[in-house]
Amino acid sequence: MTEILWHGRGGQGAFTAARLLGASYALQGGYALAFPSFGPERRGAPIRAFTKLDSQPIGNRSEIKKADFSIFLDDTLFTETAFSEIKPDGKILLNTRKTFSDERIITIDGDSIANEILKLPITNTVMLGAFSAVFGKIALQNIETAVQQNMPPKLHSKNIAVIHRAREVLL
Amino acid sequence: MAKQFLSGNEAFAYGIRLARPQVISAYPITPQTIVVEKLSEFVEDGSLKAEFIHVESEHSALSCAMGASSVGARAFTATSSQGLLYMAEGLPYAAGGRFPIVMMNANRSTALPWNIYGDQRDSVSQLDSGWIQAYAENAQEALDIALMSFYIAEHEKVSTPFMANLDGFVLTHTYEVVDVPTREQADQFLPPFQTQNKMSPDNPKNLAFSAGPDTNTIFKYKEHLGILNAKDVIAEAEEKFETIFGRHYTGLTESYRTEDADYILMTLGSIAGLVREVVDRLRNDGKKVGLLRLRYLRPFPNEEIVKAVKNAKALAVLEKDISFGNAGTVYTNVSAALQRAGISVSNSNYIGGLGGKNISFEEIENIFNNLTQQRSTVQFLGIGGEDSGG
Repeated sequence: MTEILWHGRGGQGAFTAARLLGASYALQGGYALAFPSFGPERRGAPIRAFTKLDSQPIGNRSEIKKADFSIFLDDTLFTETAFSEIKPDGKILLNTRKTFSDERIITIDGDSIANEILKLPITNTVMLGAFSAVFGKIALQNIETAVQQNMPPKLHSKNIAVIHRAREVLL
Repeated sequence: MAKQFLSGNEAFAYGIRLARPQVISAYPITPQTIVVEKLSEFVEDGSLKAEFIHVESEHSALSCAMGASSVGARAFTATSSQGLLYMAEGLPYAAGGRFPIVMMNANRSTALPWNIYGDQRDSVSQLDSGWIQAYAENAQEALDIALMSFYIAEHEKVSTPFMANLDGFVLTHTYEVVDVPTREQADQFLPPFQTQNKMSPDNPKNLAFSAGPDTNTIFKYKEHLGILNAKDVIAEAEEKFETIFGRHYTGLTESYRTEDADYILMTLGSIAGLVREVVDRLRNDGKKVGLLRLRYLRPFPNEEIVKAVKNAKALAVLEKDISFGNAGTVYTNVSAALQRAGISVSNSNYIGGLGGKNISFEEIENIFNNLTQQRSTVQFLGIGGEDSGG
């Protein structure tokens, strides 16, 4: 099983990204669970979302304690504790302009991509595209279909463009 | 059929749309709200031809569903927690009237302390109200139960309202892969609702009447038989369901690796998925353990429980409710089933997941490991037994 932990702030779409990832994986015949951290939602407050991917049905619905990939939509949420939430060979995928020497951290300047294409600082699909490049096990076509099936029509083309750009940056 | 990535709430709403209810009366409450929202969207976009009545309270939601059912309409409502309790007056009313209403309940804790997260104290507290009670494990089963519920409730031998329970948040708000049947298949499975038990100018009759001491017991006896009859009708519905949709269900319970098991854990709802993983792990270590998932609490699976545990050395019941001053209610029911069959098996009761508390892999593993010690106790997960202090 591959376990992905998403970090964002209320309104940034972290759970939407978690769900799109699960839907993409399901389109290629896999099993997936996607869920947010439950409870009242507040715009701007830190939230988590979870995606679990496997080749067989997933019974464990608990929150992820140790992730294969921990993804930060917002680098103000990133602290040293992030390392205690990944598996020994886990990776951290961080939207930031800063540079890090730690080889467990992969960075992308998601804000610039989002601002240029979406004209908004919403980086959930940037990070979905970035993750798909790093993970390498989900066909781009399935991510595009998931966007088309799960997002409002007016958001399709720009978000697909964002995903393409994020993949180009990292591949 | 089409595979979609849906939450438990959405999957249930898709199942209800396929069942073509004619009246939906509901009042939103977390974590059920999405079901009602989704159904109102279906009515708005024309994909479901139903009267959607947004009432002012849960008490009215159920009263309205009863009114619809009394004129022969297929009626649906949904609620959770405090909303179910606010409906409580109407629950035995609907059952006694033999109105085959279907209700989804998103299992959620009841106040106080205030808590919106999942446990099963809401529906378990209403076991005596005369409703069939089913508990889904995942979103696929939720959709399939939504479709089967009307078949079972409306069957002339049953004529009993049906409460379909989904664990709040961990099932209602979690997205997973769901196979959504086509309309043609659903129509093949579920014919339109036909009943003689309705108000009609063509065949006037007295419904929802009084019955004094002389006749009351016979009505209650027939109500009891109706819900007992549901057992055979559930089997019939599942057989027809499998013929059309290809998915197999196993009646009031689902057993997993219990055939030769020495130690069996019984539970209900979405936690069963994790228990299955623990069973697999312990089996790899050579331990003979198994899971019995209770899919229905009413009718209660007395025979299935006895069959599953009669050769076991010990069993535990893990449930998300507590009848204060006694034990978990599911455990009390299980104990009675064993007693009636003259079976003596060491047993214990674990109360967990209250107010949304996570139940971990290790906690379930510990329940199995503790079963090797012979004892009969009520334990609160993460706290201990009744003598753990106050």
